[in-house]
Amino acid sequence: MSRLETAPRLDDPDGLFQALVEAHRGLAPEESRRLDARIILLLANHVGQVAIVREAIAAAGAAAPKDAGT
Amino acid sequence: MQTTYAYPKFAYRPARDSGARHPVVIVGGGLVGLTVALDLAHHGVRSVLLDEDDTVSVGSRAICFAKRTLEIYGRLGIGARALAKGVTWNTGRVFFRDREVYQFNLLPDDGHEYPAFVNLQQYYVEHWLVEACEASGLVDLRWRSRIVGVENRPDGVDVTAQTPDGTYRLRADWLLACDGARSVVREGLGLPFVGQVFRDRFLIADVVMKADFPPERRFWFDPPFHPGGSVLLHRQADDVWRIDFQLGWDADPEAEKDPERVRARVRAMLGPDVPFELEWVSVYTFRCRRIERFVHGRTVLLGDAAHQVSPFGARGGNGGVQDADNLAWKLAAVLRGEAPVGLIETYDLERIPAADENILHSTRSTDFITPKSEAARAYRDAVLELSEHYAFARPLVNSGRLSRPAMLHDSKLNTPDDAAWEGGVPPGSPAVDAPLGDGEWLLRRLGGDFAALVFDAPRPVPQTPARVVFFAPDVGGGRAAARYDARPGTTILFRPDQHVAARWRRFDPDAIAAAQRRALMTDDVATERLRA
Repeated sequence: MSRLETAPRLDDPDGLFQALVEAHRGLAPEESRRLDARIILLLANHVGQVAIVREAIAAAGAAAPKDAGT
Repeated sequence: MQTTYAYPKFAYRPARDSGARHPVVIVGGGLVGLTVALDLAHHGVRSVLLDEDDTVSVGSRAICFAKRTLEIYGRLGIGARALAKGVTWNTGRVFFRDREVYQFNLLPDDGHEYPAFVNLQQYYVEHWLVEACEASGLVDLRWRSRIVGVENRPDGVDVTAQTPDGTYRLRADWLLACDGARSVVREGLGLPFVGQVFRDRFLIADVVMKADFPPERRFWFDPPFHPGGSVLLHRQADDVWRIDFQLGWDADPEAEKDPERVRARVRAMLGPDVPFELEWVSVYTFRCRRIERFVHGRTVLLGDAAHQVSPFGARGGNGGVQDADNLAWKLAAVLRGEAPVGLIETYDLERIPAADENILHSTRSTDFITPKSEAARAYRDAVLELSEHYAFARPLVNSGRLSRPAMLHDSKLNTPDDAAWEGGVPPGSPAVDAPLGDGEWLLRRLGGDFAALVFDAPRPVPQTPARVVFFAPDVGGGRAAARYDARPGTTILFRPDQHVAARWRRFDPDAIAAAQRRALMTDDVATERLRA
């Protein structure tokens, strides 16, 4: 089974960032949240393996700043 | 308020056997207690059943009877009645706000006597169970008898019952606690629940109306007529419709039961022009939890007394009926001296994983239906928004994962396969029904004892401890053989609860006898005869 890929592999990193920011322009916080959720669900389905998504959830959690916890 | 059903009043008779000893005492005459009493009676076992009330379930309560439950009731003789009286449905529709986003069909595979679900008010089923228990002559139904004391002893349980004529004591070789979520027996034994309470309230409104909705399960997330909440609609017998409204934790349960308030909610949903009558109203909360073990010495807990789930998925009543189905034949075998007492421990081994599966599914459904945080709500709504447009999101929509039969694949009572199979029905699975032609069905032929089903032309064979049933491989157009991956000679051994105990590519009486010994655990320990 494959693992979560964390080495750089995007063909257009700046373009990706711009597309995400553009997509959220003018949205209220709760609309943004649902848009992100839709994007994540679409990408999760594309990945297909929930184990990899779980790895991504753990990796995203681990990357949170140490003092940001509540 | 109720107009479609008249509650029976069962006769209380003073007990005249204070201090007597009985092989089985059942506490609680609800769905589960009555089912286990009737199942035991089918095995020839007498029981005394104590119930604090003198009628059946008040309100429709458990209304969705799943296929497996109907098949169990088929074995116990009331399945056809439930099918005839109930409303059969296979389709579920899911709505989000003002749009339909998804629909599912539960049983696309035909050729089963019973459908995926029949909706029927619980009181009908309890009423028929009472009648069947009485007709058996083996169930001593004692109404208005409330348990006030329980004492577990090494070889039995002492119970004290309170009646209109005062208290009396009974000694039970086995005590079956079927007394629901507030089980007095469980409290008496000091058994704590482990699990989750959900901070939400739901309103049930049973309404009588002539509506032209088809018999489907309809579920609304955040509909215009009930913004922010969920609503579930089911059709029952007698033109009674069950509507569940999610109210939220802050709702005042007493105020919400006010008929005018309920009527306003229903009118908002149905529109101003649909006449209806309120039949029954209730406000409920729920839990997803269980006690650690269900067998405690000579006390066994079944149904809500042992485990509780949210109503989404119809896993409460259906789970409890499967508890009864699992325990009855084992207890009968132990009482007859045909199996060691240890066989009762396998009720824990087989039913705890089933309860955990029900708790897991109903917890997940509840988390989807009633999101507990802003993030959870965003994901929930995102799934619903996507599901209208993209097929991938539809399996994520969780309005209740509907009750499925327990698969006992890891049970030590199973004999592992010794040959190659392409699917079929492996050990631990419940029997799969199939048409045999002329209105006959496979399950009806299995009965309620060990049965060895042989796919072959009938021929004289050596005796086995199981009843041998021959099926021509092409019976019913070969549907049965296909479902069991059968070739000529294939033999399937069923337990009395119609779960597969073992299967072979050949008819072998010695293998059947060995598998039956394994399913009864008579290989493990010398059998002790309990009581004559």
